[in-house]
Amino acid sequence: MSFRSLNEIIQICTLEDRSFWEVILEEDISDRGTTREESLSRMQSLYLSMKHADATYEADLKSASKLVGGDGAKITAALEKGILISGPFIGEVMSKALKMGESNACMKKIVAAPTAGSCGVIPAILLTYEEQYHISIDKMLEALYVASGIGEVIAYRAFLSGAAGGCQAEIGSASAMAAGALAYLNGGDADSIIHAAAMSLKNLLGLVCDPVAGLVEVPCVKRNVVGAVNAISCADMAIAGIRSKIPPDEVIDAMRNIGEAMHKSLRETGEGGLAATPTGQEIALIIRE
Amino acid sequence: MSIFDIIGPVMVGPSSSHTAGAAKIGFTSRQLLREEIGSAQIFLHGSFLATGKGHGTDKALIAGLLGMKPDDERIPDSLRIADEQGMKYSFSGIELRNVHPNTVMLKLTGVNGRELEVVASSIGGGAIKICQIDGLEANICANYPTLIVHNIDQPGHVSEVTSMLGHKSVNIATMQLYRDKRGGNAVMVIECDQEVPLEAIDWLKKLEGVVKVTYLSLEENNEF
Repeated sequence: MSFRSLNEIIQICTLEDRSFWEVILEEDISDRGTTREESLSRMQSLYLSMKHADATYEADLKSASKLVGGDGAKITAALEKGILISGPFIGEVMSKALKMGESNACMKKIVAAPTAGSCGVIPAILLTYEEQYHISIDKMLEALYVASGIGEVIAYRAFLSGAAGGCQAEIGSASAMAAGALAYLNGGDADSIIHAAAMSLKNLLGLVCDPVAGLVEVPCVKRNVVGAVNAISCADMAIAGIRSKIPPDEVIDAMRNIGEAMHKSLRETGEGGLAATPTGQEIALIIRE
Repeated sequence: MSIFDIIGPVMVGPSSSHTAGAAKIGFTSRQLLREEIGSAQIFLHGSFLATGKGHGTDKALIAGLLGMKPDDERIPDSLRIADEQGMKYSFSGIELRNVHPNTVMLKLTGVNGRELEVVASSIGGGAIKICQIDGLEANICANYPTLIVHNIDQPGHVSEVTSMLGHKSVNIATMQLYRDKRGGNAVMVIECDQEVPLEAIDWLKKLEGVVKVTYLSLEENNEF
């Protein structure tokens, strides 16, 4: 049985004096009736798959609709020229988030985290952190357990799919998971982890799912960048001691309520928002033909 | 739900429901037929029909029918591979009633003539539900070895099947019973914690009153 609240996880961390990631790992072991080794090796294979997907990005690929491809390489080139304000960490995160989203749109192999449409957020943060801070892989896996624990609670209390709750449920959840993981990597305790996640989700509440022509391309790929960059700022706020005024579990509940109130045209149907703009409709028409 | 439903699956993009789920539907249907597929008539419903092409739903379904899993990097080339291997296929639209928006009906014929009709839905995150097998209701998530027994609705068949499973030390995870009318066609859908031995399935097929036995094995590299 998965955790029903972030608060429940925090209580176990405090009572048993254990780290957030360990609580999630041990719950997985008992939930699936498996061993510590099996769980860790499965997590490692997911992490290596993320790495592989990042390393095998192809800048000249275009998606079936020709709408998406090559943008990740543009950020890399601009970074190398030194013309971006973002700086080396955020710049690399942006580039990786775009690349993963583009690879997904081009039918390459990715890791849904939590969904395919939001697959760029978590790896962009984790892989960049590992590269630039030279962290052991064990620590990176711990961060993935932190992220998945947050995702599990969101899945229980709300939802993780755009069709159910809009983009806030996909990019918002990915951003919350990544923020918690980054807060952990940067030395944050369990309280910092859940507040990084809460602030991150709060910032993306209400975000609708309005894909042009119903495809996981526009605006999905670039929203991976927003999710990742938002996660960095929220992890930093949490590390600085800033806390969400609304308790983390209540933020997740708010996401659910907003998603339920969201009109169907704004939940992955490709009927509202950007999809309904004149250009969006024109693109849809061309693709259908 | 486990944490590996949250992070994961590893899959070929772009959509867990339209691509990964579609591949899993194809793969599972092939496992159910237990034969290489000679020809497939594919009927797309709802969102599968409306946005399937841009999501590679067609390629993913064919890939699955060829035995590829959702993380197989050959999925984008599956139509060409099907042509090379001589698997025939056709796509058309259909309007099904009371089903999930991402639903497909597959009419499959195996290379040795075995036939199967499946209605299946991709219900999100790469998860699927087999809703109908040969026109009779089913409710299969394809995460367990699953035994599907079509029989005449008469006393004793459930106990024959469950006794056999007990005898073979197979534990039942879930069990569902459906029938179209009293004394008509009935179906048992049994999800198991262990694989059911093939000789036990052959034994079931010979029982009087049993019309058809279909078995979904989760064993890797299943050679038919």
